[in-house]
Amino acid sequence: MTAVLTWAAWVAGAFAGAAALGGAFRAVVWRLLGGPVARAVRTMPLSAAFGMAVIALYVVVALLAPWIAPFGEREVVGGQYLPWDSTHWLGTDNLGRDMFSRLIYGARNTVGIALATTALAFGVGAALGLTAAATGGWVDMVLSRIVDLLMAIPALILSLLLLTLLGASIPNMILVIALIDATRVFRLSRAVAMDVVVMDYVEAARLRGEGLAHIVRREILPNAMAPLIAEFGLRFCFVFLSISALSFLGLGIQPPTADWGSMVRDTATLITFGDITPLLPAGAIALLTVAVNFVVDWQLHRASGLKD
Amino acid sequence: MAGSLLLDMRDVHIEGRSGDAWLPIVKGVDLQLHRGEVLGLIGESGAGKSTLGLAAMGYVRGGTRISRGEVTFDGTDLVTAPESFRRGLRGKRIAYVAQSAAASFNPAHKLIDQFCEAPVMHGVLGRGEAERQAVDLYRRMRLPDPEGIGFRYPHQVSGGQLQRAMTAMAMACKPDLIIFDEPTTALDVTTQIEVLAAIRDIVDQSGTAAIYITHDLAVVAQMADRIKVLLRGDEVEEAPTREMLASPRQAYTRSLWAVRSHRRPEQPPAREAPVLEVRAVSAGYGAVKVLHDVSFDLHRGRTVAVVGESGSGKSTTARVIAGLLPASRGEVRIEGRPVAPSFKARPKEELRAVQLIHQSADTSLNPKQRVREILGRPVAFYAGMSGAKVEARVRELLRMIELEPDSFIDRLPGELSGGQKQRVSLARALAAEPRVLICDEVTSALDQIVAEGILKLLDRLQRELDLAIMFITHDLATVRAIADGVVVMKGGRVVDEGTKADVFTPPHHPYTELLLSSVPEMDPGWLDRVLEARAARA
Repeated sequence: MTAVLTWAAWVAGAFAGAAALGGAFRAVVWRLLGGPVARAVRTMPLSAAFGMAVIALYVVVALLAPWIAPFGEREVVGGQYLPWDSTHWLGTDNLGRDMFSRLIYGARNTVGIALATTALAFGVGAALGLTAAATGGWVDMVLSRIVDLLMAIPALILSLLLLTLLGASIPNMILVIALIDATRVFRLSRAVAMDVVVMDYVEAARLRGEGLAHIVRREILPNAMAPLIAEFGLRFCFVFLSISALSFLGLGIQPPTADWGSMVRDTATLITFGDITPLLPAGAIALLTVAVNFVVDWQLHRASGLKD
Repeated sequence: MAGSLLLDMRDVHIEGRSGDAWLPIVKGVDLQLHRGEVLGLIGESGAGKSTLGLAAMGYVRGGTRISRGEVTFDGTDLVTAPESFRRGLRGKRIAYVAQSAAASFNPAHKLIDQFCEAPVMHGVLGRGEAERQAVDLYRRMRLPDPEGIGFRYPHQVSGGQLQRAMTAMAMACKPDLIIFDEPTTALDVTTQIEVLAAIRDIVDQSGTAAIYITHDLAVVAQMADRIKVLLRGDEVEEAPTREMLASPRQAYTRSLWAVRSHRRPEQPPAREAPVLEVRAVSAGYGAVKVLHDVSFDLHRGRTVAVVGESGSGKSTTARVIAGLLPASRGEVRIEGRPVAPSFKARPKEELRAVQLIHQSADTSLNPKQRVREILGRPVAFYAGMSGAKVEARVRELLRMIELEPDSFIDRLPGELSGGQKQRVSLARALAAEPRVLICDEVTSALDQIVAEGILKLLDRLQRELDLAIMFITHDLATVRAIADGVVVMKGGRVVDEGTKADVFTPPHHPYTELLLSSVPEMDPGWLDRVLEARAARA
């Protein structure tokens, strides 16, 4: 009974804390900024404010990692698996490195790489998808069949294959994951754009003699934005998982670079002893994922015109 | 003929939510309906006609609520009644016929299955009885092949037949009240007349009360015993049909009656060479030939109206001229020079010369672009202007279409009314400084008063800019208002052609005669006369 109550108290506390963080963030940004941004911020829901606050926190941590972290990223500072204490706030890992410091450096690596990968996947996938829909004919046929071909191979096997061929390095991993995710983005943006290209205003633009670039960028893209934004949030989370999976298999982020995916693996043994330390990097991923999706939901709401 | 009081709506207020506020849609309307009586409800769009019609069933759309008033149906207040009670009434004692039958039928089920659903669910009839009832009603609605038509899917019958099938469906449980929500608005005049006749007969025979919602006065004159006029959620006036038509009391009602008074003065026949010549054009989609040997001319400063029912090839002709559908035979000449069949092969100057305005302003303006960009882009694109010059030209265009530049230049299409959107798409065409304007049913989605404004605007711009206009429409009242020449099309061929006076004065071509006689007139006896005349001839 008490255990249940304690849990309930924790959960309620977490919700209250999240709401308070969101509210405070919203209030501060509103005071600091002016103009249309302030108006957008003031009307945003609490969940989006919370998400923005968390993302801002991650960004600050990632940028200032060397100054915030008490120890170096790769520095062996003590014995293996030290418990939480005043020097090593979250203890040490299997090689005696400071968990707290690695968690902070991990933000830099994992978030940065995931963001770069997702952005690349979207840039390439959406550009090709919209072009395929706007052009039609053999361009669409060739691009779509190439994408079908890539999607027919299981994603993990394809990425393992490519990374083995190209050699495991961070740029290669970004390229490979971006390529695989771009196929998904391609299909979505092509499907969305198919509904837009048949509209009369696209016909009007074509009749005016507009080129492909204008039609894709000014006529189609703004109207395909809402589902693409939603997909961005989801894709960002999938990319996280892909990076973690590859790191776990040894082809992703190479040790001793700190990364949340491999940190889970490194300290996994501790779970058996009832220690929650391995869950912290996983929790960091989960929190960011939730935060990104809160913000994306809000943007989606705005972009799709469902304003109230 | 009126029986006891069936529906009594008192002081009904309906509100719709917009953000955090509730805005009034219907502001305290009273409505009484007796058994066997037909009430016409008219007004412009946004007047609250459909909302009030649905409220008569105790139903409100999502995001709206009945905030005050009572809707007493046969002694029970539907506003306070439990939902289960209201559900029991709907489809059984109160039925609803929607505007677009094509969108209201489930495309995955046969007509007769959808017919039987309500009576079987309400326990009024067994399945076998319901099917016999369906065949009987299909016959009374004068549907072809009444035994077999129920076993078709919605896409296998025409729009007019679907609308009749839907009315038959509404009659399935012999309801006390049917609400018709613009049942013929989406139909051609030639089809409309059949549906109107069928609806009126069946309502007369079964003694059902009905609320008939429409914005077409001539239609309501044929159908209703009484007419109620609504304006922005308020009642303007109510009177028996003949009285209302003969002497409307309110200024607003008179303005509705006076609409379509616009008449273009007769123009002398054009002497110079035509701007646009369509020469023996045939075209089609794949193996399906849509146009056969279509020819006509268009002169500077003149309007040619192209009329015909849907599927007659009016819009296809426009697409051939614009180059969207290359002709398989024949050619299109602009100012004497033949142009390339496909718009892709036409140089900028030729593209600029012919501008197409689409029927639906909702889909012809990019919802994510502001008016500034919608108009500024063609200005910059064709005239090679930039910066402040573009802005000045956009403002000039807005003034031409009678919209105040300062308040409209930064709006998104979602912030414009239907008429304003159509004006902006007109301005976008004018931005190219064209010689030929093709208007594809540009007023058919608009209310009469708004449409009238657009027609006057087109007329003024034509005189100022010396434009040649090809005006596609199925509405002959519009033709009378604006055309110099008329081209009548049927089945992808030109069946009649000439000046307005030629085409509209007897003797007519038989098809023109059918079209002309199908246009509803304000006279309440019109429908009977036409039907009698046709029966006598047949």
